[in-house]
Amino acid sequence: MIELKGINKIYDDGFQALKDIDLTFEEGKINVLIGPSGCGKTTTMKLLNRLTDYTDGDILIDDQNMKQINPFELRRQMGYVIQNIGLFPHMSIFDNVATVPKLLKWNKHKIRERVDELLNMVNLDPETYRNRYPAELSGGQQQRIGVIRALAAEPSTILMDEPFSALDPISREQLQDELTKLQQEINKTIIFVTHDMDEAIKIADQIILMKDGEIVQKGAPQEILANPANEFVTEFIGEDRLENVLPSIQDMIQSDYPSISLNTTVEQSIQLLSRYQISDIPVVDENGAFNGIVNLFDLLNNKRTDLKTFIHDTLPTITENMDSHRLMQIFHEHKSTVYPIQTKEGNLAGVVERKQLVHLLHQFYMNKSGDSEWSS
Amino acid sequence: MDFITGLTQYMIENRSELLALTIEHIVMVAYGMALALLVGIPLGIIAARYQKLAPIIISATNILQLIPSLAMLAILTLYMGLGFQTMVIGLFFYSLMPIVRNTYVGIKEVDDSVIEAGRGSGMTPLQLLGKIQFPLSIPFLMAGLRVASVIAVAVACLGPYIGAEALGKEIISGISLQSDVKIYAGAIPATLLALIADFMLGKLETRSKQRMA
Repeated sequence: MIELKGINKIYDDGFQALKDIDLTFEEGKINVLIGPSGCGKTTTMKLLNRLTDYTDGDILIDDQNMKQINPFELRRQMGYVIQNIGLFPHMSIFDNVATVPKLLKWNKHKIRERVDELLNMVNLDPETYRNRYPAELSGGQQQRIGVIRALAAEPSTILMDEPFSALDPISREQLQDELTKLQQEINKTIIFVTHDMDEAIKIADQIILMKDGEIVQKGAPQEILANPANEFVTEFIGEDRLENVLPSIQDMIQSDYPSISLNTTVEQSIQLLSRYQISDIPVVDENGAFNGIVNLFDLLNNKRTDLKTFIHDTLPTITENMDSHRLMQIFHEHKSTVYPIQTKEGNLAGVVERKQLVHLLHQFYMNKSGDSEWSS
Repeated sequence: MDFITGLTQYMIENRSELLALTIEHIVMVAYGMALALLVGIPLGIIAARYQKLAPIIISATNILQLIPSLAMLAILTLYMGLGFQTMVIGLFFYSLMPIVRNTYVGIKEVDDSVIEAGRGSGMTPLQLLGKIQFPLSIPFLMAGLRVASVIAVAVACLGPYIGAEALGKEIISGISLQSDVKIYAGAIPATLLALIADFMLGKLETRSKQRMA
């Protein structure tokens, strides 16, 4: 695990590039550092393999202070992919990929096996490509080599500095897809710098949005899209993109939806349900705590009198501040006409109706297939 | 026509002598170049690594190059006497500049992103130099070597003035004897040597950068 604690970086001329950065990179996840140029994202990344130094603060790698680790050893344990690819033009593809294993003095047989394995991983036939030179490959192929060169010595962390920004749009898309697919197999801690919000949303597990040497907001892509912290974030994300985002649960919630209390009789409940013309209704106790749902048809089919025996609670708990994508998933997996939403304390905050979600999804995809998709 | 038959006849009659002089010429140039490479490459590397030293090193070798060759050789005899070694040192001084400068430029020209990738992979400065910077500067070095060797072949013709016998011997005695044949018998092999050196090192230069394009 990599933790930055109170990191400051001040250049000799007094310019403060990083201001008191506290940050933990999620292990085994793709962490994207993003922001306008000059925001300190690349600097932050380069601190991690000590290509730049910081003025004060601490960086802990697996609870060990980074300054105690030999910088050359440290770099050999971290993959590094750079924007301009930076393959060694005088070396064959094999030698390029084998760079770090050779520095670590792996035996020849093991290196050979590893290089072949990596080439296969990015769908480049080892027989064909092993002995080629970087200049004989296309840009997209070169950056695939750049990526597997970083993976060669099985580092647990990989630093990627705008790795796909120099590629044509088609190769870029392909490599982004390959990276997310690859990540499912390898589960590395990836620290990825970009200025492209589309890219960040596509690949990130955690987005760290920076401005003027400070972290403005961090969180999962959907969280940031759903709740931009301030105007800068909204602006940076772009209005277009916000339109394409599902509203947050808080925005969808119907807090005036009827509910019944535990001591309501079955008879009264049936009356209430038919008056509102609904088939499901949430049940709360005297303190407002959510207990479950009762269904009109269950009530009608049985002659039992105790309402409590009709309460069912088969839906996973949904809370107000949950990601709306999770709600969509529950919506997909569990059929119900209403989805009760709880507060953090377990009280009923309201419901989201199924028909509301269907309507929303329809709008969402209308938007997606509309202009905004092509204008970006 | 008479002249050509005369020249051919002379060259055939004195072929062993001419061959010996040619070999002497080549050996002299080779020693000078070898010394220049041995000293010039490290100097170029030092200049590239320590930016503050670069102007000093480059201008010092530049000045050596600018001294007229006859003057330089004459001055060298003051300290080293006459003979083969003096010539070798003269050639070494003359070849130093193109080699130092091209090594320096070659290392400086290596793409920043390649250097960054090397550092990021965990190479030490020495590994970076040995595995990346120096190999990538070889095409430049080859170009320098090519220029240096052509100059050296020419300067070596002044050998007889400082007691170093080579193809210059024929040319200079040709001047004093006013013998066209002797002048040509020395000039033709010397020119051929320069041409061959230029051609072969040119080939090497292209080959060294072939796959890097």
